[in-house]
Amino acid sequence: MIEIENVRKSFGALEVLKGIDLTVSKGEVLTVIGGSGSGKSTLLTCINGLEPIQAGKITVDGIEVHAKSTDLNKLRQKIGIVFQQWNAFPHLTVKENVMLAPRKVLKQSKAEAEAMAVKQLTHVGLGDKVDVYPGRLSGGQQQRMAIARALAMSPDYMLFDEVTSALDPQLVGEVLDTLRLLASEGMTMICVTHEMKFAREVSDRVAFFHQGVMAEIAPPAELFGDPKDPNLQQFLAATH
Amino acid sequence: MFNYRFQWNQAWKRLPEMLDGAVVTMQVAVLSMVIGILLAILLTLFRRSGSRILSGIATTWVEIARNTPALFQIYMAHFGLAGLGLHLSPYQSLLLGITFNNAGYLAENFRGALKAIPDTQPRAGRSLGMSDLQAFRYIILPQMIRISFPTITNQMVWAVLMTSLGVTVGMNMDLYGVTQDLNALTFRTFELFAMAAVIFYVIVKIIQAGAWLISRRLFRY
Repeated sequence: MIEIENVRKSFGALEVLKGIDLTVSKGEVLTVIGGSGSGKSTLLTCINGLEPIQAGKITVDGIEVHAKSTDLNKLRQKIGIVFQQWNAFPHLTVKENVMLAPRKVLKQSKAEAEAMAVKQLTHVGLGDKVDVYPGRLSGGQQQRMAIARALAMSPDYMLFDEVTSALDPQLVGEVLDTLRLLASEGMTMICVTHEMKFAREVSDRVAFFHQGVMAEIAPPAELFGDPKDPNLQQFLAATH
Repeated sequence: MFNYRFQWNQAWKRLPEMLDGAVVTMQVAVLSMVIGILLAILLTLFRRSGSRILSGIATTWVEIARNTPALFQIYMAHFGLAGLGLHLSPYQSLLLGITFNNAGYLAENFRGALKAIPDTQPRAGRSLGMSDLQAFRYIILPQMIRISFPTITNQMVWAVLMTSLGVTVGMNMDLYGVTQDLNALTFRTFELFAMAAVIFYVIVKIIQAGAWLISRRLFRY
């Protein structure tokens, strides 16, 4: 379970999260929507401790993320994150990209890591690309590789930060299909996205962020069907 | 003027001694590069450490290495340190001086290469649970070496050529030192130094060809 209590986060004088309260339970798929600068992506990087917070508390399975005593490297093994920019490691083959962290962090044997890599890559539809370098892949394929790379660490949670935003329109579908697959398998996921149709289909709940505040959270039918927050109404009108 | 009589035979007979010298030259150059690269990586880590003292050490090193004559650096390694009570042999002084120079230049090249690697690369590694050092070792370092590979090759060539400065600290086992001694013995100045120049040239060409082969093997992506 991920528990977020009154989290505040600033970059210098700019406060991007103004007291967020949110709980995500095991197996839930939460999507986060909102305009740019609403703080939705920042929240994800705070959850896995890539960014410090100024106030409040985030706990993952009871472990406080920003406590000094917390071993972040260990905690991050539980929480996979995939970014808008997929950050393929260009000097490693697709398979080696996926094997790197299991080998070096989890100290898996080469055979073990390789079996896992092939399994995860096959899972995301890249079974025939394991030995090529990422430079040879399309953006959609690289993004699916990044997802496989995160999954190879056997995380309990997956965070997706606008994973389709940097893709050509015709490549968005294949990545969303991969996310749908994960959701159907019961993976606990937080997806920051601009894909409203996707949010409507896969989410258990949808949260709307506006200027650092979570303005509304509800199951998709309710949030899209009967939006109460005026900013959300405006946002939905603009995206349709 | 121009009544010098070339006696190539005299010089040619000395080729084996000169080739022995070339082996020593290569030895110094290779050693100074291997240690120099390791030191440059260390200096790069110093600069990234966030510690003022460590990055101060690295910056001072780089500044001296790049902004003073290599001759001065080798001289200091020999006579300067001797003045402080540390007596190094000419071979050791030459190796130390060139290594110091290599490390400084390479550290600066590495800094440039690092700028070409986006911060999101180590960040992706960190988000997979890797430590800072692991992200550096497995994600940044290989890319850094690839980007700076041409400048590493250049520095290797410089290292070979810099060995000729060893004569100023009494080095007489390397190619230039051997040539100098043979010249004092035979006075076939032009022939001997022309041959030395050709040997230097061939060594450099071999290095460049070798670098090309290595880069083709290592950087297939």
